[in-house]
Amino acid sequence: MFKKDNGSVIYPVESNQGTNYFLIREGRVIDPVNKIDEVLDLVVEDGRIRAVGKNLEKQFPVARVVDAKGKWVTPGLMDMHVHLREPGREDKETIDTGTQAAAAGGFTSVACMANTNPVLDEESKIRYVVQRGIHCTCKVYPIGAITKGLEGEELAPMGEMIKAGAKAFSDDGRSVEKSNIMRNALNYSKSFDVPVICHCEDSNLAQKGHMNEGVYSTRIGLRGIPSIAEEMTVARDLLLAEYTGARIHIAHVSTAGSVRMIRDAKARGVKVTAETAPHYITLIDEDVGMYDTNKKMNPPLRTALDRDALIEGLVDGTIDIIASDHAPHVPEEKDVEFDAAAFGVIGLETSLGVVITKLVKTAKLTPSEMVMKMSVNPNRTLRVPGGTLSVGATADITIISPDISWNVNSRYFFSKSRNTAFENMALNGYASCTILDGRIVFERS
Amino acid sequence: MGLHIQHLLGLEGVSKEDLTLILDTADSFYQVLERDIPVVPTLRGKTIVNLFYENSTRTRISFELAEKRLSASPLNFSVSTSSINKGESLRDTIQNIEAMKIDMVVVRHGSAGVPYFLTKCTDAVIVNAGDGLHEHPTQALLDMMTIRRKFGKLEGLKVAIIGDIFHSRVARSNAWGMTTMGMNVVLCGPPTLLPQHLDSLGVTITDNLDEALDGADVVMLLRIQLERQSSGVFPSIREYRDRYGIDIEKMAYLRPDVMIMHPGPVNRGIEMSSDVADGPNSVILKQVTNGVAVRMAALYLLGGGESV
Repeated sequence: MFKKDNGSVIYPVESNQGTNYFLIREGRVIDPVNKIDEVLDLVVEDGRIRAVGKNLEKQFPVARVVDAKGKWVTPGLMDMHVHLREPGREDKETIDTGTQAAAAGGFTSVACMANTNPVLDEESKIRYVVQRGIHCTCKVYPIGAITKGLEGEELAPMGEMIKAGAKAFSDDGRSVEKSNIMRNALNYSKSFDVPVICHCEDSNLAQKGHMNEGVYSTRIGLRGIPSIAEEMTVARDLLLAEYTGARIHIAHVSTAGSVRMIRDAKARGVKVTAETAPHYITLIDEDVGMYDTNKKMNPPLRTALDRDALIEGLVDGTIDIIASDHAPHVPEEKDVEFDAAAFGVIGLETSLGVVITKLVKTAKLTPSEMVMKMSVNPNRTLRVPGGTLSVGATADITIISPDISWNVNSRYFFSKSRNTAFENMALNGYASCTILDGRIVFERS
Repeated sequence: MGLHIQHLLGLEGVSKEDLTLILDTADSFYQVLERDIPVVPTLRGKTIVNLFYENSTRTRISFELAEKRLSASPLNFSVSTSSINKGESLRDTIQNIEAMKIDMVVVRHGSAGVPYFLTKCTDAVIVNAGDGLHEHPTQALLDMMTIRRKFGKLEGLKVAIIGDIFHSRVARSNAWGMTTMGMNVVLCGPPTLLPQHLDSLGVTITDNLDEALDGADVVMLLRIQLERQSSGVFPSIREYRDRYGIDIEKMAYLRPDVMIMHPGPVNRGIEMSSDVADGPNSVILKQVTNGVAVRMAALYLLGGGESV
């Protein structure tokens, strides 16, 4: 058991003394796949959802009742874009600590990127991550590299990695620069019905930039990364997807232009899904303030117009998924000159609160739409089970206190790292209980 | 009265009162510099570290001289490695220096924001001697001092700043300071060397030299880094000289008493021809002299001094 002073507790799976048979009482069950959004009881037994309905307490002699009055009961959330840093940078995060952070954030599954050291670009390395994830507090789906060593030159063995458990392919952290290699990767990936996840960045245009190119970067004298650096590659990858017929997923969309192009591509029938991150719908370039390196990520925080276009894209369905791009870094990589600071912020433990505060409380998304973006759609995109509370389904469940107000304090994070862009931000809503395979792995009193 | 600012990190946001106080004080120190013994005891006992992460003999010598004229003890600390190339971290460096008991730090660094970063690591007063593409406030102050000493005012004057605006912290500091003082600032250069997003700063931006020079009281030329040409920012030195260089022919279109400035070092024959650089309108060496006075003023006032 790992406990924080704010009342958060992680129950490691192997040491779990809790019951296998319990009832979640009178929560607002939000299960968009089954078109359910009403106050119901839900019974969990032996890792599966046994029953969903009214007044189930009399019917089922459960060992424990979890009171969910005033709370939302949703399918376990999924974050399909995280960096767990293992193997290689266990000083930043490990699969253990990362999955604890995930459970504390309400996630029952994460997909982790391949830019570890060594890169996840062959069967044995994928198998390692799968093995390490088995007894963790959150399911771990590895994403294999598109090219060997993320070098953008030779295709990594996709078939073998799929056999070992890879659910998608990505060179996230950099673009596959050569268009013919990207074309081959898309073509080849068609055999497996997995998405190729595109990190869209024209490195020539982004060269040496450290924040969004605009009025603010000019003012504070930082070299900029223009929005076209992203949009050029989004355009290319959409064209390649259309031409090859392959399925792509655009990671961390940050600009209005990307949203527009993805919307048009979807209308033409291109097989594309897209994600954005909580920081892009909340913060803008000016929030970099006086060189705050915890606001430095790639792609960078853009303008208010981009932020609004991203929210619009989430509302109209152009953007299917919210993922955090959880990118842990040690303090000595952030407490330096802005130019020298590492790109990336952590997000697993703030994602849900930010989404509820910025999208649900503002009536941009309904709770049910939020569950689509944070559970149903990522599960569908990676073709993994989950995202539903159907009877018989694996009991991966998130119980959310939607109204509670709290202030982000990284001291209470289960993540090994503290590089959040949301420190001290006042948020509404967090996960109060996370259930993985029918066991309570996280609770917050 | 003293300054409102605690540190001199840049001229953005610095009030007209503070700028005027520094310029007035610099004028007083200018008189001091003309004495037989050009030294005042105002900062006696203060230790000032000149922390230079970039080579800059001129700026460092100018600060060092200003410190000596104020009877402070300068300590020069040049660093060739920074955390960018895996040297000691900036925080560790400054905290080590501070542990030796120092009062002020004059810092030059290739990364924007370093002077601000240092204010978070130390209690010493920080003076920015140039940070990345951000600001170089004492250069802009000495430019304004030079203009004011000739024209007797700043307000209402038109200044054309010509050259590599994009990479110039001098242009940024001047844009802030001069607009605060009520000057009409025009930034001019080839489109590839102009920031795309500066119009909101209250300055005019143009790639048309004639437009920039029209009615200008002051023309400031900025150094062109010759290596920029090979990075594809402009086609050739010859074309740059032809379009943006100032020679005697172009001088004919300017008012006869126009002031020609350059922060140095000059690429003779590129930004300006030698006859312009050495001609009667050029104040390049006056700028250097005034630099010592303006730095004395800034250090004196930031060290707690009041108007003299």
